[in-house]
Amino acid sequence: MKTLRLALSAVALAAALPAHAQTEIQWWHSMTGGLNDWVVDLANGFNASQKDYKVVPTYKGQYDESMTAAIAAFRAGNAPHILQVFEVGTATMMASKGAIVPVGKVMADAGYKFDPKAYISAVVGYYTAPNGQMLSFPLNSSTTILNYNKDLFRKAGLDPNKPPATWPELVSAAAKLKASGVACPFTTSWQGWTQLESFSTWHNTLFATQNNGFGGTSARLVFNSPLHVRHIENLANMAKQGLFQYRGRNNLGDAPFYSGECAMQTGSSSTYASIKKNSKFDFGIAPLPYYPDVPGAPQNTIIGGASLWVMSGKKAPEYKGVAAFFNYISQPEVQAKSHQRTGYLPVTMASFELTEKSGFYKQNPGTDTAVNQMIRKTTEKSRGVRLGNMVQLRAIVDEELEQVWSGKKGAKEALDSAVQRGNEQLERFEKANKS
Amino acid sequence: MASEKRVVFRSSWLPWALLAPQVAVIAVFFFWPAGQALLQSFQQSDAFGTSTEWVGLQNFERLFADPTYLASFKTTAVFSVLVAGLGIAISLLLAVFADRVVRGTLVYRTLLIWPYAVAPAVAGVLWLFMFAPSIGIVSYALRSFGVDWNHLLNSGQAMTLIVAAAVWKQISYNFLFFLAGLQSIPKSLIEAAAIDGARPWRRFWTIQFPLLSPTTFFLFVINVVYAFFDTFAIVDAATQGGPGKDTAILVYKVYYDGFKAMDLGGSAAQSVVLMAIVIALTVVQFRFVEKKVNY
Repeated sequence: MKTLRLALSAVALAAALPAHAQTEIQWWHSMTGGLNDWVVDLANGFNASQKDYKVVPTYKGQYDESMTAAIAAFRAGNAPHILQVFEVGTATMMASKGAIVPVGKVMADAGYKFDPKAYISAVVGYYTAPNGQMLSFPLNSSTTILNYNKDLFRKAGLDPNKPPATWPELVSAAAKLKASGVACPFTTSWQGWTQLESFSTWHNTLFATQNNGFGGTSARLVFNSPLHVRHIENLANMAKQGLFQYRGRNNLGDAPFYSGECAMQTGSSSTYASIKKNSKFDFGIAPLPYYPDVPGAPQNTIIGGASLWVMSGKKAPEYKGVAAFFNYISQPEVQAKSHQRTGYLPVTMASFELTEKSGFYKQNPGTDTAVNQMIRKTTEKSRGVRLGNMVQLRAIVDEELEQVWSGKKGAKEALDSAVQRGNEQLERFEKANKS
Repeated sequence: MASEKRVVFRSSWLPWALLAPQVAVIAVFFFWPAGQALLQSFQQSDAFGTSTEWVGLQNFERLFADPTYLASFKTTAVFSVLVAGLGIAISLLLAVFADRVVRGTLVYRTLLIWPYAVAPAVAGVLWLFMFAPSIGIVSYALRSFGVDWNHLLNSGQAMTLIVAAAVWKQISYNFLFFLAGLQSIPKSLIEAAAIDGARPWRRFWTIQFPLLSPTTFFLFVINVVYAFFDTFAIVDAATQGGPGKDTAILVYKVYYDGFKAMDLGGSAAQSVVLMAIVIALTVVQFRFVEKKVNY
């Protein structure tokens, strides 16, 4: 009996020892389903690659929930080391200087060489401070694309390999689809992101002053320009004719496309994996449509998804571990694998080239659409949209656009009201973050 | 009151000691958070609380300068009246019928009490699924009757949806109290009335309903408080305040601004306003409505 117990405790001790020697890195994220498996695999891959650190990924609810949880934890003094924050929360994180440590600094302190040029500028530029320092690590970036159902295109007598490139073409395609009996020719997810934010950069037009907020917190909204009004009016007309069907806020427009009910849908490029898994039809991915008479269009679309932020107040060796982990997941092989697996954008040029060389884009046509929309050289107007209180801004846009789709307000009236209400939020953000 | 025998404690500390546990619970779970809310309503801070600024009444000024906030008072009033009114009426009806059931009483009662065990968010999702414009079974059925159900864009339908979910969730609670109230009415009273030739309808209005009035009054207060405070999860799950802001009731905006938009100052100011409204409403209920109640 005694020997057994001794043996057992020796085994327990042996098992416990390496765990104690390792430095644990807490990572809070919001990835579910297949994406959760991906995150766990990244952590396991890193943990197996070295012995000093152990990354522990924990699912903390959806993006807004995990951010709230991290804020509460930070206030109580036990924030995680790494926090995944959606792009909408970027300006809030940036303004919270005492709460975060810039990723650029974490990497430099740990002695890693960091070359910003290796990264895709539209992706990394979004998460970079005016002084050129990288603030957060772009883990999963997506952009806006047009998904279309090739089977329904064939049924309507449309060429399945020639998706509508412009909005006028989309309207006529929608009309043909409707005539062929499709109840929902076109819908959208994330209406504020696809129809106003990305729409602006795609047409090289400002969404807000101060280069969409990159120039500072004194930015104010300007998305009630004639071009924006024209587009929303166009969509409102489509809604009236039954060519555009509104299916709800956030990603609620995804499901009717997956089910084959809606023939075309603007949404996130990260829907690729889900469509491939769920839908029983032939589908295609096309760039976002544009207005051909607008000079400079199409420019580039903007980024969505999330990035990893490093929280302040941790010990030096722990930051070394964080840097080692980021270095691991930036390797071209790991990056390329992540990109191909999830449909999120590659973050470095090397991983894009690696994926291209492997023939992945040829085997999976359409998967390079998002990348091609993003790797163009960005202009000052098209770098992205980075505004404070973005959560509220998106909600205001949702509320006002719903009034347009239901016919209660005209496009101009709704956009004016959204700009005015949104600017009040921006004024408050500027005031709260003056220091 | 005069005929009641009053017991007076001789010791000066014993009553306080006996009260202490209750006072401690109220202090920790009510006065402390309420005080915090009051304090925060005068402050503005960034999300992580690294810098806090004293802004005086600015949070309140901003609220009342916002036309959408003022509109949400009206939305809340409509919502609360519908939820409290329908909730009480339907559960009273059910309780009266359940009271008359002779066989299988237990089954009926258990089934009627069940929805109370459902969390508000789950109730919201449940109703959302049934009424989802493209996939919902009820909206499908409605379409075959020629009703184009789309609560995403039709605000009347959106309000109907959240009222239905909120009422459904609260019916069991009301039902339980009404049933207990009905069973405590002496059978001899009803039998006497029946012998005198009063029909069930008449018996209900002249005997049962007046005798139930303390229960009805209690439920009225509880239901108004429920509609004001406990329904944000239903709104969040079913409509998220849309279309536009047409179902954004006050408590949903408190939740949204505080927990989603991280505006603690603004959210605290709103909860202070909400607290004031409910205190005022309760005072009104006890001062004026209670006079009509016979105990």
